[in-house]
Amino acid sequence: MSTKQKPKLAVWKFASCDGCQLSLLDCEDELLSLVGEIEIANFVEASRAVLTGPYDLSIVEGSITTAHDEERIHRVRRISKHLVTIGACATSGGIQALRNFKDIREFISAVYASPGYIETLNKSTPISDHVFVDFELRGCPINKHQLLEVISAFLHGRKPNTPSHSVCIECKLRGTACVMVANGTPCLGPVTHAGCGAICPSYSRGCYGCFGPKETPNTVALSARWSKLGANENEIMRTFRGFNAYAEAFRRESEFHDK
Amino acid sequence: MTNKTIKVDYLARVEGEGALYIKVKDNKVSDVKFKIFEPPRFFEAFLRGRKYTEAPDITARICGICPVAYQMSTVHAMEQAFGVSVEGQLRELRRLLYCGEWIESHVLHVYMLHAPDFLGYQDVVQMAKDYPDIVKRGLQMKKAGNAIVSLLGGREIHPINVRVGGFYRAPSKQELAQLAEKLKWGRDAALGTVKWTSQLPFPDFEQDYEFVALRHPSEYPFNEGRLVSNKGLDIAVQEYENHFVEEHIEHSNALHSILLGKGAYFVGPLARYNLNFDRLSPLARQAAQDAGLFSTCRNPFQSIIVRSIETLYAFDEALRIIDGYEPPERSSIEIYPKAGIGYACTEAPRGILYHRYKLNEAGLIENAKIVPPTSQNQKVIEVDLRHFVEKSIDLPEDQLTWQCEQAIRNYDPCISCATHFLKVYIEPQSE
Repeated sequence: MSTKQKPKLAVWKFASCDGCQLSLLDCEDELLSLVGEIEIANFVEASRAVLTGPYDLSIVEGSITTAHDEERIHRVRRISKHLVTIGACATSGGIQALRNFKDIREFISAVYASPGYIETLNKSTPISDHVFVDFELRGCPINKHQLLEVISAFLHGRKPNTPSHSVCIECKLRGTACVMVANGTPCLGPVTHAGCGAICPSYSRGCYGCFGPKETPNTVALSARWSKLGANENEIMRTFRGFNAYAEAFRRESEFHDK
Repeated sequence: MTNKTIKVDYLARVEGEGALYIKVKDNKVSDVKFKIFEPPRFFEAFLRGRKYTEAPDITARICGICPVAYQMSTVHAMEQAFGVSVEGQLRELRRLLYCGEWIESHVLHVYMLHAPDFLGYQDVVQMAKDYPDIVKRGLQMKKAGNAIVSLLGGREIHPINVRVGGFYRAPSKQELAQLAEKLKWGRDAALGTVKWTSQLPFPDFEQDYEFVALRHPSEYPFNEGRLVSNKGLDIAVQEYENHFVEEHIEHSNALHSILLGKGAYFVGPLARYNLNFDRLSPLARQAAQDAGLFSTCRNPFQSIIVRSIETLYAFDEALRIIDGYEPPERSSIEIYPKAGIGYACTEAPRGILYHRYKLNEAGLIENAKIVPPTSQNQKVIEVDLRHFVEKSIDLPEDQLTWQCEQAIRNYDPCISCATHFLKVYIEPQSE
């Protein structure tokens, strides 16, 4: 038995669906060996016991949508040696960032009978808009194997090996015929960040961009191609306005088609 | 005379952010608040203007634990609006997908969130030190449930293969057959789980509830049936809003749902079990009887046994479906959108999940209403806490607080769902 103290891991939740932190509990084969290597010091969804910080690695899920959370993320950053965001909410504002394109007061009254009880900000913003983020893991939801890679990379002081190419490359690696070329199915694969393993095309549907924009995406060319395949302007706008609507490249493209 | 306040600022082992606040004066509970502070996300608002085809992918994102439930309520509501119904093997595949989600969600709750309360552990990692084989069994069962969702849905969380009309791609017979070995092991492990949970220590806490669940003429309910209760309710799903209303109250970002003229009601595994015991498979019914459970169970702490029985049923049902599977000729039926309103209620792991959509002639959503199970259980949770604290007032405070948390976890509340929801304070009130 080593007497060395295990690194401390904390998991934090902001506005989200809990799916990305659930990915950690979905590591059924690895969970018990993982907790042999690290101390899960703060993970409220899984434990009543909370160890105080500082933490070696904080994993942050969710976007900032309230004044309280805007302050809380700064507290999290102060007690974390490394801070990694997981998922589309934390990395680009998530599906709830669709409010950023609309009037929030109207949104509140559409859902709640007594809007006065609701405290919320006008915009849903990614964590990196508020504090320094050491690494952003993409996906809605994240890929659990990539999550294990990121945790292990930070514990060993190396860079995570998570390719930033497009979903197209993953289709080629998987041997899936291109759904856009072969079937004329509109697909966001050419502009979408890899990580899922190109699931949608292997199920005969086009990628819908849940991992967000890849590095230097050519969204203009892809929109033109979608037009030729019969998509109208409103459909193209809605396509980019999905789970990563407020990621810069997707936001710009959707605004261009918002007529 | 006892005065105290029980407070839990951030409830653990629930999905999402909630708190508990209970005030006790002269041995009487004067205030109970099961608070939900999870930030609101406004799904009903931004569904407006989206096409029906996009809705199952969007509503899945309400909850990472039960995305299949959201997808199922969505597609059934849309299909009702368009006047079509998905039958045969496609209908069976939808039941199979739901079996996967029930297994994954129930096993997560039974082993990782609820069992540590009964055995006195902070979490499953601590529990694993003393019960390694039990915890490993739970993890492998969960994995088997996830394997169903992954195969049929493309991935465990936010599946990509569900569409209005069916699926994007139907699995081959061989693909499904590969699951059978794991599921047979899972069915045996689920039998062991029913036996194990039935031997846990349970507080004596029988209550008189109004249980509400779907009831189908021949099946244990997933996607179809009438809404019934043990106190005379028997309505079609379309009539839901004539009988249930949502109230917006100050301490919660989730809307509280009540049964008109009656108040609190109970949804979820216990409600389903009490109203549909005769629809369980013979194996699940026999396991319940061997575990000492009758066809009625009114102790919410025993919901852990009922969840285990439903898990057993889900393994059994999944194997039945796989055994009789013949790939459908087409993976989905043709959809012709038209203007109208569609209603659906399906049985999420935590209880009935109601969706209603108004669509225009192009299939764009004009408005949407979504009522998740946890916002329906919120009121009965507060009622339970009130009764439980009054009965257990002399317990040491830390023990009382823990048992109050456990009383909440009986419902496997999903707060992400309910705000589209939660927090525990029990506060000793000073004189």
